[in-house]
Amino acid sequence: MQEPTWAHLQYEKPDFQAISYYAAPKNQKKYNSWDEVEPEMKEMMRKLGISMDEQQRLTGTAQVAVDFVMDSVSVATSFKEKLKELGIIFCAISEAIQEHPELVKKYLGSVVPSTDNFYAALNSAVFTDGSFCYIPKGVRCPMELSTYFRINEGGTGQFERTLVIADENAYVSYLEGCTAPVRDENQLHAAVVELIALDHAEIKYSTVQNWYPGDKNGKGGVYNFVTKRGICEKAAKISWTQVETGSAITWKYPSCILKGDHSVGEFYSVAVTNHRQQADTGTKMIHIGKHTKSTIISKGISAGFSNNTYRGLIKIGKNADKARNFTQCDSLLMTDTSGAHTFPYIECENSSAKLEHEATTSKIGEDQIFYCLQRGIDEEKAISLIVNGYCKEVLNQLPMEFAVEAQKLLEISLEGSVG
Amino acid sequence: MLKIENLHANIQEKPILKGLNLTVKAGEIHAIMGPNGAGKSTLASVLAGKESYEVTEGSIDFKGKNLLELEIEERAREGVFLAFQYPIEIPGVSNVNFLRTALNAKRVHEGLEPMNAKDFMALVREKAKMVQLDTAFLSRSLNEGFSGGEKKKNEIFQMAVLNPSLCILDETDSGLDIDALRVVAAGVNQLRNKDNAFVVITHYQRLLDYIVPDFVHVLQDGKIVKTGDKNLALELEEKGYDWLKA
Ligand SMILES: Nc1ncnc2c1ncn2[C@@H]1O[C@H](COP(=O)(O)OP(=O)(O)OP(=O)(O)O)[C@@H](O)[C@H]1O
Ligand SMILES: [Mg+2]
Repeated sequence: MQEPTWAHLQYEKPDFQAISYYAAPKNQKKYNSWDEVEPEMKEMMRKLGISMDEQQRLTGTAQVAVDFVMDSVSVATSFKEKLKELGIIFCAISEAIQEHPELVKKYLGSVVPSTDNFYAALNSAVFTDGSFCYIPKGVRCPMELSTYFRINEGGTGQFERTLVIADENAYVSYLEGCTAPVRDENQLHAAVVELIALDHAEIKYSTVQNWYPGDKNGKGGVYNFVTKRGICEKAAKISWTQVETGSAITWKYPSCILKGDHSVGEFYSVAVTNHRQQADTGTKMIHIGKHTKSTIISKGISAGFSNNTYRGLIKIGKNADKARNFTQCDSLLMTDTSGAHTFPYIECENSSAKLEHEATTSKIGEDQIFYCLQRGIDEEKAISLIVNGYCKEVLNQLPMEFAVEAQKLLEISLEGSVG
Repeated sequence: MLKIENLHANIQEKPILKGLNLTVKAGEIHAIMGPNGAGKSTLASVLAGKESYEVTEGSIDFKGKNLLELEIEERAREGVFLAFQYPIEIPGVSNVNFLRTALNAKRVHEGLEPMNAKDFMALVREKAKMVQLDTAFLSRSLNEGFSGGEKKKNEIFQMAVLNPSLCILDETDSGLDIDALRVVAAGVNQLRNKDNAFVVITHYQRLLDYIVPDFVHVLQDGKIVKTGDKNLALELEEKGYDWLKA
């Protein structure tokens, strides 16, 4: 298999022989409780708006159950017992393979086969852990489920695998957060996420991606080559929301296969690139069933010398009568030296389909900034207000705990970015 | 409060203000009139600190400080407020969120605590009422889709909330219907006190029936060429500006 080269990205290919494909936290013991987790790790999670302190969570308003994957190993999963009462399985995928082989065998690789693409093949070959979640028939998961990924060791890649299954009429909201420490070298992250929404089920999958983006001059940073795809059975719905601020290179197209009649796919995305970052991201909406519907809202923000590309495919199969898609794709340029690109592809084999596409590119308004300044708001805050306003439709899709954090991340990634 | 001396300003190398003098004391209202392109908005922008304007000569003293040395946001926090001739739209940013950010920036500058949400909403409701701004506008995106007149009203509303010491109104009356004009004028009159001052740029004498100025200045070709009391506005209405040409 060959690495894909069609993306609007320029980078030095990873040396696949030099990567270490398995790394485990040095103190190999399994954490028995959240209290045993190192303070540094806790701090990171706190920054991401995630707390594993069950006591604190129980008294708070929102509840989030968290699975924590560091390098190649899942280190802690909270709230497991409580979820178990409802028949919800939320655990490390390594554990699921042992404990629930029937589910894993049936669904793993069913949406993203190991032959799908270069990085999916790599992931399929080497993954050792990740997250697994199963929501039984008719159950509405009462809390946000969350996985937190971290690449910690130098010289390693992260190849986690996520499998989320919502059985008929089930609902789950799933959050994923990522960070990696500053390193001079490029680190590879090649994950695969598969979502399965059975009849009338709904999966909301939100990502706040903040892998290390490299320094100002483009040294170091994570290569984020991820395959994410979900399949919708009859009247099911999958909604992807992503806020992508990190990584040196992002290559990522969370997609929906709308197989069942009346199924719905959504993709809401904010991608921010600064300095020398490059992102080529978007989605594929594959309409197979009748009356299937998809919505795409993409907001790209490019600053510094970065490049930000939206790439999307709308495919309407010949049996997808009355399929509908709405795509809105906006790009905001913070500097004259950054780039915004849009590659929308449409393949339509059914004439009853209705497709709408809107696209805009604008430069951040000096007038808008001046207006804010004149009201006493400093420049950094002004940019954050304007950018957050610009991304509002997407940020509104995030669960509350993440929305605030995402706003802060946008602010941090765009610090000093207007030129 | 404000003392402008021999102010020269360029935009893209082109001289617009050419030796302008103006002194405004606390408690006063000054009207500035003058033909299109005379430099009225330029003066307002220079006072606010817009970077595309280059001050080549002269000085501006504001409350004992050298205004030209202050950043745009510092001027604002010190109490310079510009009601824009063309207010800017910021999609996705609610009117109240914007205003709260602005107010708290000012309060922090003054060494005060940021205002809590409850007090802020009470303040905002009170001021909205004063300019008869429907509360629906509070949660809408800043100026987005507002009509021309609504935008102008919103400027005065912001002014009322931020309570600045120097209020510069750039053609706030244009685009307002007669009722809105009265409301805006009434708002200004309520805000007026012995510690603040207004510079009102307008083309129409009508506004000055409601906001009665202490001084009327004619700005022509980058300079103030004539100063009088409110009767000067009436005279201008009748005769136009040509007779003032040197
Ligand atoms: N960016 C610019 N580049 C070149 N000239 C400019 C620019 N901005 C303003 N000017 C010129 O400066 C002059 C003064 O403009 P200004 O807006 O201050 O006029 P004004 O007195 O406010 O007019 P009006 O009554 O029409 O609002 C005009 O001749 C205008 O064309
Ligand atoms: Mg003007």
